Amino acid sequence: MQKIVSILLILCLFTSCDKDNDNNVSQAQITFNFSHNWDGTAVSNSNFNSIIYTNENGEDLSITKLRYLISKITFQKSNGETFILDGYNLVDVTNNTNLVFNPMNTIPIGNYSKVSFTFGFDNDDNYNNYQDLNSASWSVPAMLGGGYHYMQLEGKFIDNSSAEVGYAYHTIRAVDNTKTPLEFQNTFFEVNLGAVVITSNTTFNIEMNIAEWFKNPKTWDLNVLNNALMPNFDAQVLMFENGQNVFSLKSVTP
Amino acid sequence: MSCSNESVEQYVPTPSPLQIPQLFENNILNPTIPIDNPQTVEGIALGKKLFFDPILSGDNTQACADCHAPENAFTDSDRFSDGIDGVFGNRNAMPLFNLAWNYDEKFFWDGNTFSLEHQAFVPVSDPIEMKSSWIQLEQELQEHPEYPNLFQLAFGTSNIDSTLVTKAIAQFERTLISSNSKFDKFLLGEIELTQQELNGFDVFMDEASGDCFHCHGSDKNPLWTDNAFHNNGLDETFTDLGLGAVTGDPADNGKFRSPSLRNLEFTAPYMHDGRFSSIDEVINHYSEGLKNSSTIDPLMKKVAQGGVGLSEQDKSDLKAFLLTLSDYEFINNPDFVID
Repeated sequence: MQKIVSILLILCLFTSCDKDNDNNVSQAQITFNFSHNWDGTAVSNSNFNSIIYTNENGEDLSITKLRYLISKITFQKSNGETFILDGYNLVDVTNNTNLVFNPMNTIPIGNYSKVSFTFGFDNDDNYNNYQDLNSASWSVPAMLGGGYHYMQLEGKFIDNSSAEVGYAYHTIRAVDNTKTPLEFQNTFFEVNLGAVVITSNTTFNIEMNIAEWFKNPKTWDLNVLNNALMPNFDAQVLMFENGQNVFSLKSVTP
Repeated sequence: MSCSNESVEQYVPTPSPLQIPQLFENNILNPTIPIDNPQTVEGIALGKKLFFDPILSGDNTQACADCHAPENAFTDSDRFSDGIDGVFGNRNAMPLFNLAWNYDEKFFWDGNTFSLEHQAFVPVSDPIEMKSSWIQLEQELQEHPEYPNLFQLAFGTSNIDSTLVTKAIAQFERTLISSNSKFDKFLLGEIELTQQELNGFDVFMDEASGDCFHCHGSDKNPLWTDNAFHNNGLDETFTDLGLGAVTGDPADNGKFRSPSLRNLEFTAPYMHDGRFSSIDEVINHYSEGLKNSSTIDPLMKKVAQGGVGLSEQDKSDLKAFLLTLSDYEFINNPDFVID
């Protein structure tokens, strides 16, 4: 008898799985596409390594590397019910990898009052150990509290003496390492994509305006802040503030 | 249906999966092993014999191990290595260890070859290295009293060809795993470091000081390399384009693969052209010897001042830390020496 019940249970499980997967009537697969621009001009790795951009402060600059981490894609209903998609994604524009992110799990179709993702890792996620991120040399030194980078934006700019100088705009959780114990300020942030109705598999096209990192509210002066920014608490807070308007939702396509 | 009842015996060599060190297992992705060349006891043994056998060279005088000696962490102590005719190359021989963790599988200083198997093809027929021909080598191995049987055991065929030769060598090379340095043992909680060594690790990890970790690994990446390509400020103009000669992209000129800092003590001289004979010279280069060029990596700081300007104490501490990456068990491993 026990055997028969087990077999029936297994049959039921397979049947329900088939229904979900084949008909796909109740669950939607979500895709995030990431594209990039400089104040409206599309940016890809083919535009890297040439000094062709000018930031808000008037400095001509190039991009040689851009990669950043997003996590915790969240769908929230008006009744507070929340669905969080598994995983995180290290967008690597330099190597043209992970510009498309397909989380493994799905969400129910329906109306969502808010869709969002996290730039970087929140503090719960930041202090886990990730083999793939370690392999990508993405970790933050323990002397700065450990965890992971949120973004690495690097390139060259023309400084006030007309010399070509490197910059490394690396964002991490802000830390004052002159204090014992270390004092932190959160610099991950939520990117709110607004309300969305999900009726089927859906693609979110996310846009990053790279110029915004140098623009608003802090007009970034690369002559002053160009390197060794990870241990610079104030610089990290300014990056966090400038990052608030960097991302936008370009479109949502079924 | 009758076919399914017939049993066809297929020879299968003995699997010998890589033993992943605990520190690697904990912190980084598993290694890259090609699906068509799994590690086997017989394949590794054959690869080891081939690696140490001068039969691979045109006049049977030079083995892989001549330029990749165990005591030097599988490189040699020469700035440039000479081939069977005494002609020198123009790049420093790279050490060989932890090769299975080169995830992008781009080998040589300029990344010109994809996969370890393809890498092993190159020196045999290179006219300034072993200067053999694959046709000649295949014939010599085929006529050898031992090799046909060893290939039979490793691959189920005694018909020897270049593909099987390089597969065997690659299997052996993947077993060259270095994970027992003093610093590894420190990370595993087995030993303590001196204060000077700890200070040196701080110099290594401090973005406002040495800032070595962005390209050369960390306590979270025990490979001590990112296996990526950088211009680290060696020259203002390039006589060797490095990656740029491979990609054809001027933005890649002067870029070379970051070597691992593990076993640095055994692998002098340093850089792609072996220009620095000591670790002190390397540290001095990053401290005050940087030269500007169009493709210098943005992570090379204070280029106008020559570099990060380490104090003598910082330099001494950094060197003490770097020496903790020496793996004496690796260079003395009896499994890596021919009987």
